[in-house]
Amino acid sequence: MTTELLKVSNLKQYFPIKGGILGRKINDVKAVDDVSFYVNAGETLSIVGESGCGKSTTGRAILRLDEPTSGEISFNGKDLLALNKREMRKMRKDLQIIFQDPYASINPRQTVRQVLNEAMEIQNVLPKEKREDRMMELMETVGLGAHQLDRFPHEFSGGQRQRIGIARALSVDPKLIICDESVSALDVSIQAQVLNLLKKLQRELDLTYLFIAHDLGVVRHISDRVIVMYLGKIVEIADKKSLFDNPKHPYTKTLLSAIPVPDPTKKKDQIILKGDVPSPIDPPTGCRFHTRCPFATDKCKEEIPELRTSEINMAAGHQAACHYIEEIESGEMTPNY
Amino acid sequence: MAETTVNVSTQNTKRVNPQVENFKTMWRKLKTNRVAMAGGILILFFMIISVIGPWFTSYDPLLPDISSRLQGPSAEHWFGTDHHGRDIFTRIIHGMSITLYIGFVSVAIGMVIGVFIGIIAGYYGKRTDAVLMRIMDVFLAFPGILLALGIVAVLGGSINNVIIAIAVFSIPVFARIVRGSTLSVKNLEYIDAVRALGASDARIIFRHILPNILSPIIVQATLRVATAVLTATGLSFLGLGAQPPTPEWGAMLAAGRNYMWEHPHIALFPGLAIVAVVLAFNLFGDGVRDALDPKIKS
Repeated sequence: MTTELLKVSNLKQYFPIKGGILGRKINDVKAVDDVSFYVNAGETLSIVGESGCGKSTTGRAILRLDEPTSGEISFNGKDLLALNKREMRKMRKDLQIIFQDPYASINPRQTVRQVLNEAMEIQNVLPKEKREDRMMELMETVGLGAHQLDRFPHEFSGGQRQRIGIARALSVDPKLIICDESVSALDVSIQAQVLNLLKKLQRELDLTYLFIAHDLGVVRHISDRVIVMYLGKIVEIADKKSLFDNPKHPYTKTLLSAIPVPDPTKKKDQIILKGDVPSPIDPPTGCRFHTRCPFATDKCKEEIPELRTSEINMAAGHQAACHYIEEIESGEMTPNY
Repeated sequence: MAETTVNVSTQNTKRVNPQVENFKTMWRKLKTNRVAMAGGILILFFMIISVIGPWFTSYDPLLPDISSRLQGPSAEHWFGTDHHGRDIFTRIIHGMSITLYIGFVSVAIGMVIGVFIGIIAGYYGKRTDAVLMRIMDVFLAFPGILLALGIVAVLGGSINNVIIAIAVFSIPVFARIVRGSTLSVKNLEYIDAVRALGASDARIIFRHILPNILSPIIVQATLRVATAVLTATGLSFLGLGAQPPTPEWGAMLAAGRNYMWEHPHIALFPGLAIVAVVLAFNLFGDGVRDALDPKIKS
């Protein structure tokens, strides 16, 4: 049985741009614009997209590290945005985050013991006497030794630091962990180790992950379902298999074609997009991808496509935001490179 | 033989605290800076004098002795005597503690308040920041000595009022520096991490931000003592600080002004004392700043 653990509805995160001598608001950076999705308990949902598409912002908004502009975030049936500061602090026990940069995410002046102890102290998870044992256990869990508790962050490698970050997140027994590019700063071999550790922890501790990444290989390895974002909007949601084998949105297709194939003899039919990602300050009207989409028509410039499931060749739960899923699928429309 | 090598290597991998380590690195760099070390040794020397000096002087700093007034430097009176016949050397030694007391206490008060305001402004940002920093700008807009003058003129001349005046004009200087450092630290991921754990603002500010912005505060405090001493003696010189017959250097300088041509030693020695203290703190402060700057390698 699957239960919804996290439900995000119409989330918007606009960052004001101020200017002029009076500091008036001139415009907004629409980092996340009307995003809705849900995460089932026990699954790993990935959000992929290129830099600046709003994937990290979404994660930060869910944790209220930045207050979202509008929308609803419901966790375990509770509306997170309705909580006051104190209630939210308590709630944070259930939602944790593992950051991208293991060198920046731990206070350089604290030992691992202080880091873990502080986390437990803040959330009051265990009486003082029992914390010592718990800390040792946590170190073992993330693959570090209990003897390393009194070391400082600078005495560890990047991969080890990321494990400390994981131990810190685990120390408060969270239900949901947001992994914000948690492995992208690590070497490939270390990436695999950390990913496997995350998978193992998920099985053992019944964790739910919201995994934010730009590396499709990593996403393929860890996810159950995948969200593709482009310029602050979701363009496609699907289970991992459907998304990688049967992408429907032109942007997703482009993204997938960029995955390198480990076969030098195979000719790549890579789709190269024209131009750059438009600015999120004045995003294109209609479909945000129309400025770069090889299939774009006048309709794409005017009407915002909704996420929908087409009747042809799409699994349940697979949704894409494109006006022409059917036409592209049947070959009726040809790309105009 | 093999055993000794093992011992050495285990000793090398001893736990190091980065705070202690930072201090050690700073000290290593500071030691090689001769000018700064000279300043530091002078400061230490002055501090010792201010505590034990008064026991080693053979005259009373306050008691007039008309029979020996206006004498030049001699074996009996090393720095001569003033217009009341008091031994200037004795008075300078006694004044040392007053000067250092004003310098340290005023800077300490200004630092505590300034750091608090700066960290609050930097951490909360937005309107809090705008309001606090505009108030600080108002204070900064006055030349320091003018602001101090105004405050002392209102409160009345005494050593404690001088301390208050100097503390007040030190506040915005600390607030500015601390605000800037806070801004750079508060967006680091480890601050977000403790926030995500549910840490309160007070915990984030005092446990995580403050320890990471100490270096610029220390440098500023050292340099600030020099300014404080200069301002305090300046106020006393103008008759707004310590009142005669207190052996305060600024007041002594002012008294010597009337005898400038015939007996320059009355003004000269207190003046030299002021120069020495201010210079010592400036040299040491500059050295500390260079030593704490990671870009300057020794």
